[in-house]
Amino acid sequence: MIELRGVKKRFGEQVVLDGVDFEVREGETLALLGPSGTGKSVLLKHINGLIRPDAGKVIVDGLEVATLPRRALSELRTRIGYVFQNGALFDSLSVFENVRLGLSDESKFNDLEYAERRVTECLKLVNLSPDTAKKFPAQLSGGMRKRVGIARAVAGAPKYLLYDEPTSGLDPVNADIVDELVKRLDQELGVTSVMVTHDVRGAFNVADRIALLSDGKIVLQGTPDEFRESEDPKVKAFLERDFEDSFAA
Amino acid sequence: MTSTILRLPRFTGRLILGFLAQFGRISLLVVELFRGLSEVRIWVPRTFTEAATVGAGSLPIVLVIAMFAGVTTAFQAGYQWQSNLPVYILGTLIVETIVLELGPVLIGLVLAGRIGARYAAELGTMRVTEQIDALESLGRSPASHLIIPRVLAATLMLPVLVIIADVVAIVSGLVSVKQVLPVTDADFAYGAKAFWKPFDAYYSLMKATSFGFAIGLISCYMGFNTKQGAEGVGKATTAAIVSSSVVILLLNALLAKLLVST
Repeated sequence: MIELRGVKKRFGEQVVLDGVDFEVREGETLALLGPSGTGKSVLLKHINGLIRPDAGKVIVDGLEVATLPRRALSELRTRIGYVFQNGALFDSLSVFENVRLGLSDESKFNDLEYAERRVTECLKLVNLSPDTAKKFPAQLSGGMRKRVGIARAVAGAPKYLLYDEPTSGLDPVNADIVDELVKRLDQELGVTSVMVTHDVRGAFNVADRIALLSDGKIVLQGTPDEFRESEDPKVKAFLERDFEDSFAA
Repeated sequence: MTSTILRLPRFTGRLILGFLAQFGRISLLVVELFRGLSEVRIWVPRTFTEAATVGAGSLPIVLVIAMFAGVTTAFQAGYQWQSNLPVYILGTLIVETIVLELGPVLIGLVLAGRIGARYAAELGTMRVTEQIDALESLGRSPASHLIIPRVLAATLMLPVLVIIADVVAIVSGLVSVKQVLPVTDADFAYGAKAFWKPFDAYYSLMKATSFGFAIGLISCYMGFNTKQGAEGVGKATTAAIVSSSVVILLLNALLAKLLVST
């Protein structure tokens, strides 16, 4: 289980998170919604300790992330797959080497036969052909990079998956493909997921529960139906605007 | 009025705080570097790859610089030559100038640009494209994967390149000085040996090693702490070259005072 209690974070004068409280239950997919620049990615990075909070607690599997010693934090990170917004693939490494780096167990990483089998499995899981393994990130399209990023995140069989804007920058068709992929992976792998997005349609399609981040705070956390029925002006304004955008597109 | 009076102490305070913050961050990087040393299986193969790239890639520019350093030293010696001096002194002059000063400092400064820019730009780009975050999120240490191999490669390869540069510069110096003054190979060799001490070679290599370490550490630090996209990468690269060059000159003066000053 992932819990955030009163998490605050500021960069210089800018307050990004101002007492964020939310939890992600075992096995569920939670979509974290919010306008661009509200600190959704910052919040996500708190969960695997890439950013430390100024105040408050981030607790994963009962462990307070910010106070973990280096080794324990590395160990915890191997249980959390992180899908970066633009893939964050290592340019100088092939797709095979990129996905192989996701194998957190060193003995499995060094077993070339196992690594080849696992990389092929993970690429198939994200609907990429095994031939993709030989390519370099520069030879891939935006959608393929995102899928390789997902393959790398799932390679080590993590318990949690954190997606940072998995559909941003993609055309609606590719965005739908990635949304379906996220949904399928969460069901097939039985992982607990947090998906940061500003795509309301995708969030309603994929998530079991949704949280809306605005002005550094969680405005509402609930099921898609609770969101639709909410009378909170911020929720209504965000949903109406984004649904209008979706239909306009 | 009060604000004008306070401006100088505030500026000084900010400067000191900025310096201390930089010093603190570099110290933390060094601590990370030592911690990462336990992951031998990660950094050893990467260090060899990096060292081969740095060594082979830098060789052409090192050879060109060394050759011209030797030629210029010889022609300058010819210009300032007094006929009442024994010609073998030319061997002493050229060899000592190149080994003690020109070889390590010139090569250090040039490689501060070549290696420093490469390291800072590589790591800076990795930082702004979240590749370093990705490495950390996979439970892997950026120190053992990225920093130790680069710092060690620069530290190990600079002395090797300086040895090659010294040899090339001395040979080109010998060939050139024979064009301007009546000196024979035997005179040159006699002069080179007459005042030569093994410590001169150690001193030159000590300088090269410390310059290599400084280039590696400073450039990795600048790249690792890059902010704000492409502009940040540009700033980090410039800062890496400028800082490495200044530190090389400072170390050069410091080592001269500590090791050879009487």
